[in-house]
Amino acid sequence: MATFKLTVNGAAKSVDVEADTPLLWVLRDSLEMVGTKYGCGIGMCGACTVHLDGKAKRACQTPISDVGTAKVTTIEGLAQNGKLTALQQAWCDHDVPQCGYCQSGQIMSATALLADKPKPTDADIDNAMSGNLCRCATYTRIRAAIHTAAAK
Amino acid sequence: MSASPEIAPVLDLNRRSFLKVTALAGGGMMLAGYFRSGITEAMAQAAGSAAPAFVPNSFISISSNGMVAIISKNPEIGQGMKTSLPMLIAEDLDVSWDKVTVYQGDFNTAAYGAQNVGGPQNASGSNGTPQNYMPMRRVGAAARTMLVQAAAQTWSVPESECTTGDGTVFHKATGKKLGYGELTAKAATLTPPDLNSVVLKDNKDIKILGTRISGVDNPKLVTGQSLFGIDVKQPGMLHANFTKCPVNGGTPTSANLDEVKKLPGVRDAFIVPAATGVKGGVAVVADTTWNAISAANKLKIEWNEGPNANQSSESFATQAQAAGTAVPAPTYPADAKVLSATYNFPYVSHACLEPMNATACYKADGTVEVWAPIQNPGAARGAATVHIMRSGGGFGRRLSAEYVSEAMAIAQKFPGVPVQLTWTREQDIGNDLFRPAAWHFFTGALGTDGKILGWNDRFVPVQGANFGNNEFPSLTVQSAPAIQTGMPTGPWRSPNDNANFWATQSFLDELAHASGKDPLQFRLDLLASEKITAYNPERMIAVVKLAGEQAGWGKKLPKGQGMGIAFTFSHRGYVAIVAEVTVTPAGDLTVNKMTAGVDVGPVVNLSAAENQVQGGMIDGLSTAWLLKITVDKGRPVQANFDDYPLIQMNQAPTTAVHFIKGDYNVAPTGLGEPALPPAAPAVCNAIFAATGKRVRSLPIKDEDLKWS
Repeated sequence: MATFKLTVNGAAKSVDVEADTPLLWVLRDSLEMVGTKYGCGIGMCGACTVHLDGKAKRACQTPISDVGTAKVTTIEGLAQNGKLTALQQAWCDHDVPQCGYCQSGQIMSATALLADKPKPTDADIDNAMSGNLCRCATYTRIRAAIHTAAAK
Repeated sequence: MSASPEIAPVLDLNRRSFLKVTALAGGGMMLAGYFRSGITEAMAQAAGSAAPAFVPNSFISISSNGMVAIISKNPEIGQGMKTSLPMLIAEDLDVSWDKVTVYQGDFNTAAYGAQNVGGPQNASGSNGTPQNYMPMRRVGAAARTMLVQAAAQTWSVPESECTTGDGTVFHKATGKKLGYGELTAKAATLTPPDLNSVVLKDNKDIKILGTRISGVDNPKLVTGQSLFGIDVKQPGMLHANFTKCPVNGGTPTSANLDEVKKLPGVRDAFIVPAATGVKGGVAVVADTTWNAISAANKLKIEWNEGPNANQSSESFATQAQAAGTAVPAPTYPADAKVLSATYNFPYVSHACLEPMNATACYKADGTVEVWAPIQNPGAARGAATVHIMRSGGGFGRRLSAEYVSEAMAIAQKFPGVPVQLTWTREQDIGNDLFRPAAWHFFTGALGTDGKILGWNDRFVPVQGANFGNNEFPSLTVQSAPAIQTGMPTGPWRSPNDNANFWATQSFLDELAHASGKDPLQFRLDLLASEKITAYNPERMIAVVKLAGEQAGWGKKLPKGQGMGIAFTFSHRGYVAIVAEVTVTPAGDLTVNKMTAGVDVGPVVNLSAAENQVQGGMIDGLSTAWLLKITVDKGRPVQANFDDYPLIQMNQAPTTAVHFIKGDYNVAPTGLGEPALPPAAPAVCNAIFAATGKRVRSLPIKDEDLKWS
């Protein structure tokens, strides 16, 4: 057990956990921020996608001891003062979710994509999003929502 | 965590304290319930006003500012029920959707499970919409009737002269109007009408149904708020993991419990013996999910693996071959064209993205409170209270509630302490209740006129598989005794239909090609000529034509590209799908587009309905193309998404969904399931059209599609 200090969505946090604890479980259990989801634990489904210094990372493959001073952004940290981002709004407008479980990871990957490529092509979307599984197969709408947000 | 509106908007469980049961003329019963403080507070918060003034029944609460809270009683597993059931109520209550806030109801048979309010609180068999369509509309209409009555009394005019619209009652002759919020005090004094006597809107007055309504939880989903079973937090909650034998039926005999108990955060580790609803296993309880999983990974368990430890997929195939060929094929006239082919498909897993989990607490009074993502809350045996949490996928998996029983068995050791059990992905796949495998040994014959003369299907199931064909009468199914594999099975989206129809619609395509006719026309001729009673062939013909027209059926495509069609009648829905594929000479498959023609009657929520068809098609493709569970030494071989690879964005086709317009006076059928079964045969038939290669074994990715 050790104490780790981290910055999550701009707020300083301190947690006492085992050093090998994945950031996923620090967020979910220690900080009770449950938007970041557990799906596979091996970095294959993308449900746990967060940003470290703006880059999409799999929180289940990121031990807390590796986070260091990187700024952590989670799905809870995208909207500012209750205002959804263009991408979040596009997700609602396209009614993307079915069960919705993968969608926070999808949105985190898509947010990182748009930060990198504001006008992504379908091929860019394939490259950036193929690590995020959707068991309900809402891929048609995820793609449409990304294009809509990019057009804004 | 304090009780959030998502967790506690329930009626009191002591039904006698809150239910007024009014016997009505004609034997009808009306349940008039009152929301407990949880929802009144949440509702007041949402409405920004005082407590609701008018609660006509267990589903509706209207506050004095005209804001409306509606309970959705059935589980939300991704099929859109939490939005569509309240839409039905709002339609006949005649309020605008932006005045509505929706809450998930807890499991409460007294309030929500009676036949006159739509039957069981299940997400099962695509039944939610057909069972609830008229009852939910009547629930809304009953409240509207009372509001009209209240206005008429206020104005001393006949009710028949009053009309409603957007949450307001109007009296045209005098120009008077009153908002529902202004009528709540008066309406609350009136007796609710018999649900069976209320009048529903005419088709021409329908405003909400058939439009695109974004899911009510979407704002929470896109901001990561707590909704799912796995998101539940309770004060003092502990976290558990439960390891079961990799061989079904195996039980633990011993484990290194003392060692594991010393690991970080671990509160206890113990063997849970097999009991009703619970397979034997080893529980580890810790302060966090990670510490529970980490410690469970260090368990060394001795198992009595039981009788299934020698089972293997190879052995199943050998037994199936023997069973399928034991019965001689029928004989046909000498001038008939006879085709024979064997089709088989493997076990598959549900792989809901949210792993099985449940939270249970043994309370001081001896009752158990449960929070669970669950399709059939009635299956949570022994729980006094079941909070229905949003499910991260269902697909039939959460109709079985053994994960709830396990959570309860573990929590029993910690009285007063909530315990959350979370399965790992490996446990979720490894201990799944699989979609059963099966074999079809077909013989079909075409007469000299090119029509089907006979069709014989020697069907060889594993235990748990069934096939009662109803596609067309000349299809004769002879079921062989099931192969006993020891593998646990359960309902999987479109049970029985999800892969058996792949076999029949593929073999039908073989006959079509052998007849020299166009495969779509061959199907239309079949539907027109056979005396079909299991469904309405005219409706099927319409969706086959619709899908074909919309997909551009018949256009000339180069070798390596092809279109395929399939139709199925599953869970009362009529769906035809045209798939368009490209296969490279090296055998690499791309599914370019899938086009669906769908008839389920009137569409409730166009957005959700289309989403179900899009997802159902791609789920059907994903499963047929990529997925299998094989068995070795009695163990499922695949364990996680590295070897059980769900379809990804770069593999997903574009989709087009076309509905036949329905009559809102007739209840629609459901859409969770019907769009899945025709997807796989449409794709395999397209592969044949592109390459001349017939896929007779799933998954497709294991087949050689090379052509030259």
